[in-house]
Amino acid sequence: MSADLDDLYQEVILDHNRRPRNFRALTDGRKAEGYNPLCGDRLTVYLHVDGDVITDISFQGSGCAISKASASLMTESVKGKTIAEATALFDRFRDMIMAPSEAPPADLGKLTALAGVRQFPVRVKCASLAWHTLKAAAEARDEMVSTE
Amino acid sequence: MTAVVPAGRGQLDVAAIREDFPILRQRVHGHPLVYLDNAATTQKPQAVIDRLVRYYAEENANVHRGVHTLSARATDAYDAARETVRCFLNAGAAREIIFVRGATEGINLVAQTYGRAHVRAGDEIVISEMEHHSNIVPWQMLCAETGARLRVVPMTDAGELRLDQYERLLTDRTRLVAVTHVSNALGTINPVRSIVALAHARGVPVLVDGAQAVAHTRVDVRALDCDFYVFSGHKVLGPTGIGALYGRAALLESMPPYQGGGDMISSVTFERTLYNELPYKYEAGTPNIGGAVGLAAAIDYLTAVGLDLVAAHEHDLLAYGTAALSHIPGLRLTGTAAEKAGILAFVLEDAHPHDIGTILDRAGVAIRAGHHCCQPLMARLGVPATARASLALYNTREDVDALVAALRTVQEVFA
Repeated sequence: MSADLDDLYQEVILDHNRRPRNFRALTDGRKAEGYNPLCGDRLTVYLHVDGDVITDISFQGSGCAISKASASLMTESVKGKTIAEATALFDRFRDMIMAPSEAPPADLGKLTALAGVRQFPVRVKCASLAWHTLKAAAEARDEMVSTE
Repeated sequence: MTAVVPAGRGQLDVAAIREDFPILRQRVHGHPLVYLDNAATTQKPQAVIDRLVRYYAEENANVHRGVHTLSARATDAYDAARETVRCFLNAGAAREIIFVRGATEGINLVAQTYGRAHVRAGDEIVISEMEHHSNIVPWQMLCAETGARLRVVPMTDAGELRLDQYERLLTDRTRLVAVTHVSNALGTINPVRSIVALAHARGVPVLVDGAQAVAHTRVDVRALDCDFYVFSGHKVLGPTGIGALYGRAALLESMPPYQGGGDMISSVTFERTLYNELPYKYEAGTPNIGGAVGLAAAIDYLTAVGLDLVAAHEHDLLAYGTAALSHIPGLRLTGTAAEKAGILAFVLEDAHPHDIGTILDRAGVAIRAGHHCCQPLMARLGVPATARASLALYNTREDVDALVAALRTVQEVFA
């Protein structure tokens, strides 16, 4: 298998795809639904916010390995952060996955596992769907987020 | 043109055919291109590319207007292209062939013209569960405008239309049946002749979406006895942006025009406009002349190769591919109708179609992953998406082997 495929489908990604973390519904919180009409990926992000702090986050839905692993890793990395910090992290994450493929990957902790997406521009939407949905949930927008 | 002579014993000389398609010579990610996305669009033979070049280099002018030599040349080429399409579909007259952008525009044309003339509140349009969005949405729009209702013929789990249910949906409120000849997502070849006969027994006209049929099987609109037939040029080795609508002359005469503009009129005053005769009545504005000429070249190429040989070759590949894929553990074929054209759609346990598509691409294998513009069908199958390999005349058993080998890689990744 080619090196860029190895980069994309790292063990961390495959593990989060097989056993997504925080894969459940939350009641009494905010939620938003994300949809990628191109491939049919669909997920719901649930959020508990205390003041400005994300005290709990979870997701459910169906999608490719990249979108599922990205959602799973996202829930782990934003729990306990403020919404402003999560939004800033999204910006850095987006910069990382949209960087030129020859650029050295930024260090975003466990989210760095998704840096391989840089070499697959058509998969950027898969990796960012959960983050867009989180943003909508955080802003308590009661609408469906679409990648298109 | 680089016509291909069959290699004896009624078999296609696929090696020679592949030489006619320059795009197939390239490598993708270091691997020879294995193009299995023919249901999305087919590649173009050199004969079509050359014809487009020659048209623009030597014949380009507007049609039906100039007295000068080039205009006559362009008009002749355009008229000849229409005759080529007529012959291809075995329509009775060239005036029954309307050039459109593709199957989608052909369906929209009928929905807007036949629909405006004949569909009223309370009427019903019958379509099927396996339709492409292009044969669903134009009818939904018509229903929204008129207050008519959409009725949907269900299918079996294998992907065959339930003709008993279809018959029950035909009532005195039915104004039109619109059904696909070959399903783009399943490969099912529908029994169009029976579908038409049942509708005609109740005086209901039938539109057939032939987008996935014309490159793979001989189509005879008079034998099918359908009232409208649409197809896209780019799915039959021709250029994008050109296609054709066949319509029974009596129906085309009775319907209002589609778009207004030049060429579709015989006289215009500010008080009143007289519409042109068929087929020009439905072709407002300067048509896609180059596209029509290129489409005719594609049809000539396919005809010279021989559609019956193409169909037999693809049928053999389909059987080979079906057997090969069936041996892959955890793979489920979606679409297992008894009558199928070259579509191998499937889902894999543990691997999403999108991931399959990415990994296959890195092995040079081009397939489609997604809902194939058939979201209601995906819902019926209970899957968000499928992976689809679709065949054409230039595909080989080696292509299928490359697909199977790449699928093994997918399974290693997701094991």
